[in-house]
This record gives sequence, C-alpha cells and structure tokens, in this order.
Amino acid sequence: MNESTGGGRAGNGTPILEVRDLSVYHGQLRALDALSLRVYPGEVYAIIGANGAGKSTLLRTIAGLHHPQSGSVLFEGTDVTGLRPERRARQGIVMVPEGRRLFGSLSVEENLKVGATYARSGPWTIERVYETFDWMRDRRNQRAQQLSGGEQQTVAIGRALVANPRLLLLDELSLGLAPLIVQRIYGMLPQILETGLTVLLVEQDVSQALRVATHIHCLLEGRTTLEGTPAGVSAEQVEAAYFGLAGTAAVNGHPGEGSVS
Amino acid sequence: MAWVNAVIQGVLTGGLYALFACGLSLLFGVMKVVNLAHGDLAVIAGYVAIGIITATHMPVLWSVVVVVPVMAVLGYVLQRTVIQSSLNRGVLTTLIVTLGLSMVIENGLLQFFSADTRGIGAGMSLVTSSFSLGSQIQIAWLLVVIFAVAVVVLLGLQYFLSGSSYGRLIRAVADDQEAAQLSGADYRHVFGIAAALALGTVALGGIAYGMYSDLDPTTGTDTILLFAFVAVVIGGLGSLWGTLLGGIVLGVAQQIGAQINISDELLAGYLVFLAVLVLRPQGLTSRRAQT
Amino acid sequence: MSLATDTSVPISADFHVTRSRQNVAWTGLGALVVVVVLALFPYIVYSGTTAILVQAFIVLTLASMWNLMAGYAGLVSVGQQGFVGLGAYFVLILALHGLSPFAALPVAAIGCGVVALPLWWLVSRLRSGYFAIATWVLAAAIMLFIERFQSLGGGTGLPLPGFTGMNPTLITAYTYWVGLAVTAAAMLAVYVLLRGRLGLVLTAVRDDEVAARSSGARVGLARLIVFVVAGIGCAAAGGVLAISQLQVQPTAVFSVQWTAEMAFATIIGGLGTIEGPIIGTAVYMVLQQTLASYNAWYLIILGLVAIVVALFARRGLWGLVDERLHLRLFPVGYWLRTGAGNGRPRSLRN
Repeated sequence: MNESTGGGRAGNGTPILEVRDLSVYHGQLRALDALSLRVYPGEVYAIIGANGAGKSTLLRTIAGLHHPQSGSVLFEGTDVTGLRPERRARQGIVMVPEGRRLFGSLSVEENLKVGATYARSGPWTIERVYETFDWMRDRRNQRAQQLSGGEQQTVAIGRALVANPRLLLLDELSLGLAPLIVQRIYGMLPQILETGLTVLLVEQDVSQALRVATHIHCLLEGRTTLEGTPAGVSAEQVEAAYFGLAGTAAVNGHPGEGSVS
Repeated sequence: MAWVNAVIQGVLTGGLYALFACGLSLLFGVMKVVNLAHGDLAVIAGYVAIGIITATHMPVLWSVVVVVPVMAVLGYVLQRTVIQSSLNRGVLTTLIVTLGLSMVIENGLLQFFSADTRGIGAGMSLVTSSFSLGSQIQIAWLLVVIFAVAVVVLLGLQYFLSGSSYGRLIRAVADDQEAAQLSGADYRHVFGIAAALALGTVALGGIAYGMYSDLDPTTGTDTILLFAFVAVVIGGLGSLWGTLLGGIVLGVAQQIGAQINISDELLAGYLVFLAVLVLRPQGLTSRRAQT
Repeated sequence: MSLATDTSVPISADFHVTRSRQNVAWTGLGALVVVVVLALFPYIVYSGTTAILVQAFIVLTLASMWNLMAGYAGLVSVGQQGFVGLGAYFVLILALHGLSPFAALPVAAIGCGVVALPLWWLVSRLRSGYFAIATWVLAAAIMLFIERFQSLGGGTGLPLPGFTGMNPTLITAYTYWVGLAVTAAAMLAVYVLLRGRLGLVLTAVRDDEVAARSSGARVGLARLIVFVVAGIGCAAAGGVLAISQLQVQPTAVFSVQWTAEMAFATIIGGLGTIEGPIIGTAVYMVLQQTLASYNAWYLIILGLVAIVVALFARRGLWGLVDERLHLRLFPVGYWLRTGAGNGRPRSLRN
C-alpha cells in the first residue's frame, strides 16, 4: 500500500520505535498532526523539513519532553507515552538535545559521568568515549562552557552514548556549527552505529541528512510529505515535499506507515 | 583593643550565620527559589531538640545526632510534596506557599509553646566557658566550636557536591533541568536531596543559635532567615564559601555597630547589606551578576 | 495605543474586542452607592462595628496594593510592612509638630511615595525571590533606623497626639470616614491605572517580558510607578492604622504579618483581579472575627488556606466565580466577542 520506497523495510523485523497518530499542540498551535512512523533496528532515520515543520517537537515528544494530545509512542513494542523523560532515558531512548545543552559549570568528565549515572549495561563507557574522541581525554577537566561549539556537540554525543542507548535521538547536530565541523561530527556516525544502536535524527541540512541516512522522512506543518530511502527519492521530490509545492500529494498519497500494517 | 575584640567576635559569629545561609544558598542555586520558611524550620529543629532533651535527658550534643537527620527527612518530604507542587506553578506560588508555611509554623509555635524564649544547654560547660586572649579579649568556646562546625559543614558540602554522584546530579540539575532528565535523572528526587541537605544544615544552625542565644517563635524570620539572606547576598548568590564570607562580613559589621552604639548592632549589618546591594549587587565572590 | 483609549475597537466583521461600557457604568454606580451607604454607617451602627470595618479597610487597601504589585507588575514584595510602618510614623511625626492626624495622613502617604523612589533604586535590580526578601530586609532596616530616634519613642513607640479636646464619638466617626476614603481612593487608583496605558504595558510584560521590552514597552518605568503607588497606598493604610490605634509602636506597625495578611487576602480572593482583594478581605475578616478568641489560630488557618488556594485554585475564590459566570465587576481586560455576540465572551487575559 505504501507507495514510497521504504516498503521493503518491514522485513527487518519488529520496529524499535513506533509512533502512532501522534498529535502535539503548543497552546493553540498544532505542531504535529496525527503523525505516524516506524524506525527499525540499525537504521539511521532522518526527519527533514523546514523551520516549524514539527521536527524537533516530534523528537522531544519521543524523548518525553512534550505530552501528546493524542496518539502513542511505542518503544520495543511497549507503550511509553505516559513515561517521564528520565524513565525513557533509563530504558534506552536517549536524546542529544538541540543546542548541546551541556552542564556548563561541570567539567567534560563530569558531564560524561552524569550521562553514565543511570546507564544501561552496554559497550559504551567513558573510557571508550575517550578512545573514540581522542582529544577529549586531555581536556576532561575543563569546564564544558569553555569548549567550542563543535567540541561541546561531541561531548553532548558522548554524554548520550555512555548511557548505552538503544535508540539515539539527535536534534539538529549541525545547528550553529561550521560545515567542516558538521561533516566531522557526522563522519563519526559509522563508529557509533557499529555498537549496534539505532539513530533517529532531525536535520535541517537536507544534503547532510541524505548523505548519512538509511531512511528519510519529510515533514511539513506537522504532517508527512515524503518517506523513503535516500536513493529512492529524487531531488525534485524532496524539494517539493520540503517546501510543500503543488503535487506533493502525488508523491505520497498516504500520511505514513502507521495506517498500513 | 575593644575593636580587635569586636572583629574577632564578629568573625566567629560569621560561622553561625554561614550555617543559617548555606542551605538557603544551595536551594536557590539548584531551584532558583527562596524558601521563606527556611528560618522557621531551623527554629522547629531547635524546639525538637529542646523537647528531646527535656523528655529523655539526652545530652545536648546527642540530640543533634537525632534532630539533624529528622530535619533532613522532613526537608525531603516537604520538597517532594508542597514545595515541588508549588515549583510547578511558578515562582510566585513558591513564595506564597513558603510564606504561608512560615506563618503557620511561627503561629503554631506561638500557640502551642507561647512566646517565651527558650535556650538550649543552659549551664553546659560548652555554653558557659570561655578563654582569654590577652587581658581584654574573652572568647566563648561555643562560638569557636560553632565556627569549626560551620567550616566542617561547608567542607562536607563541597566534598559532597564535587565528589559524589548525587552532588554531581545536584549541580547538573542546577545547570539544566531538562538535560538532566534526558540523562535519566529525576530532578524531583534530586531537589529532594538538596532540600534534605539544606534543612540538615539549617537544623544545625537552629540548635547552635539556641545554645548561643535564645529561640522564640519569631527567631526564624527576624533573625535566621534575614541574616541568612543578607549573608548570601553579601557573599554572592549561589556561592557556598561565599556564605561564610558573607556571614563573617555581617558578623563583623554587627559587632562593630554594637561597639559604636549597643542598639545599632542589627542596623549596621543591614547597612552593609544595602551597601553591597548598591556597589556590588552580584556579591563579593560572584564573578557574574545574577538577578 | 488606540486600544488603551477606545472602549471598543472592531477588528474584523466577525470579531469584536470590547470592554462593555454598560457594565462599567453600572459597576461605577454600584460602587458609588456602596461607598455612600458605608459612609452613613457611623450614624446607624455601633462603634464596635465601625472599628471592625476600619480594620477591613486597612486590609483591603493593603491587599489592593499588593495585588497591583504581584498580580499585575510581577513584583512580589514581602517588605510592604516597611511602608505601613513609615506611613504610621510620618503621621506621628506630623502630629507631634501640631498637625491634626487626619490632615497629616495624605501628607504622610505622599511623603512615603517620595521615599519609595530611592528604595526602588535599591531593590529594582533583584528579581523574584531575591526581590521579595530584599524588601523584607529593607523594612527591617527602616524599623531599626526609626527606633534610633528617642524623640519618636525609640523601641516602644508613642501615643498619637492631636486628639485632645475632641469628642471620642467624633474621633471614631472621622477615623471610619478616613479609612473608607483611603480604601475607595486606593481601589479607584488601581482601577484607573490598570485601565490606562500602564495596564497594557503590565499585561504585555506579564505575558512575555522579552517581547514587551523589545516592542518598546517601558517596563522599568511601569514597575517604578507601581512600586511608588503601592508605597503610597500602604503608607496611607499605615496612617489609618496609627489613627485607629491612637498609638504607634514600631514592632506592631513594622510587623511582617501585614505583608502576610495582604498577600494571603489577595491570593485567597484571586490574584490579578480587582475583585479578588475584596473577596479575600471578606474571608480574612470572617476568619479573624470568628477565631479572635483563639489567639494565633486565625493566622494559622489563614496561612493554610493561602497555601491550599495557591496550590489548588490558582486564581483564587474569584477565579472560581469567574470561571462559572464570566463575571467582571471591574473589567480592566478586554473581551473577544465572536459573531453577533451569541457566543460566550472569552477573556483575552486568561
């Protein structure tokens, strides 16, 4: 039924994350409109869309920071819609928030230690983070607020990794960073994926998202306008879906996968 | 010589004021709210200690071992119930609720225990004995002990905040509540622990003040809360050792004021506070201004 | 700024922003009748009743001022007893210099408004909790400063002179009328202020301070005006207090209990509405009168009720009324009416 090119993914088994008919309001403003999606283990699932499309709201709702008016979030088959963010983090949904949000007065190492406080068991340790990002060890006693933007972003990723997430949520990694730094940070993604986690990311930089993602999902005004693999969608389709140009409906007649099954 | 004496006495009372202030400062640093019932809770600690000592004839110092944990538990419970739900509703609600708590405690003490003043450990050698420095300076052992306790408490707090896992979480929550949640930390629980620490320390302050002077139902606001606040502002908002510095400055100002005119003791302390507010609103130790 | 002066501004064919002029006219007339009837009380009721009403006037004036500060300007002061005490002492000082206490009261109130200016400069750099407690310290410092003057009775205070030769019944009646006049003036001042430009600025600040500042609202000036007006109002109430007690005692007039009472009356009645302080004062007086023989109990219960209301009925008792009836006696906000007015009006404020 799904006309988009992601149809073959269902063979990967049960989804690690399933979002069903999620509607979120900010006051009177509808940020997400009955949105559905499925993320399968091992995927790099990229949500793209213009400013105000509802991308960050979606990620924050999955992390538990917003409460949906209706719809549900299922993680590994269990409904987590009513759980607080800290509960979800301890179960394996860990987010790197937009704007890094490090604990500024804490040192780099203390930031990692906070991330590890409620960690699940798994491959990631503070030591492993130091091995992966080698500059960090030398500067572990520096206050987080003294780091550059790119360094802070890396520490924020490290802080999330030491919790050993099953699902890593990355919110606008590229925000406010130089293109070279952004490339370097996304360049580390394969190393992270090796350890067996799944990534759901939000990215405004579409070309960056298309480069790293295994699956893309375009939002416009809180609704799905396009879904598929980067290889399976054309630049024109993405552009039309991104800006909501006429003819988008033809690209994807169905709002998402939630209605399929 | 009288001036030297004033300064020495002032410095030592600064330790007592630091005990009043460090909990207030900690809670403000973590939750960005002022607990207006802070002083009244210290008075409760003092009254509980008096009650225990009267009922069981327990030595004064042992009563501390009982009262401080009890107050810490009370702090955790108050935080998780009344104060947390007021925090969810905004700063104004927190101020109203803690002001209400203050009024309920103060008038409750007045109703059940009268307006009489009560001391702790009257006649104890620790309370009455002193030693001499030279011929004109008499220093009470009690003040020295209280100062030492304050230093130990601050060292303990510093060690806890910088070295322990919960201390790190307290600082993390103070920096960014939401990011701490995303790391799995339940900030309500962390707030509760901070409140337990705050009430534990101010319980010490209440008992110490009961030994140094007298407690009555209004001591909590007239003396403990206001002195704590003045010490916090002079020392710099949110700074732990700043509370000791602020306490010392307040103590010295008061003693020098008393030296000039015995009735100007309190006014001198408040004038220094106002001067700091005008000249250095961020306090003496703080690097950046906070409002 | 046209919204501030027009009572009704059409936005489009379907929407209409209004303040409903008839409502205001009726309320104004009603308020006038209430004041006139109250003014006749000394002729028809016992002096015990007017004495209780004087207390109510003091609390209502204080609550209206605290409501103006906390409910509209976001200034949560715990130090208003500083102005209550200053007002009482200014009346005392003027009376000691031979002025009639009744004539001294307006002078004292204005004088306190002048004193409020430098005090604002001291505390205005602090926010929320720190503002609250800094005002408290300030009040304590003012009391200690005044206690230094032996000519004002030092730490024990003085009886208020200037009543010798006056008929006691007349003193009681004058005190009552002065109290009524102060309360009526205070409430009128709050109402006029909030209906004018200041009200708009404060509403904008309450909704979004950053946006209000960036759109050019003079937030600092608005808060200064509120602080000074509240200082004048609390000082006038303090003057009435001094006159009704016939003496001024520092620990009594500078007691933080005044601030607790004005804050709790406001919270219980409904913060941010003009009606709230009236309801709250009524609740306060009922509690105080019924529990008066049980010493401190009315304060304990008042504190508990304030905590419960603050936690569970954020808009106070008047808020509960308002939610059900959409009633405003003193509308200072705007109503959005849709269509031909067949729908229920929705307040833009809430």
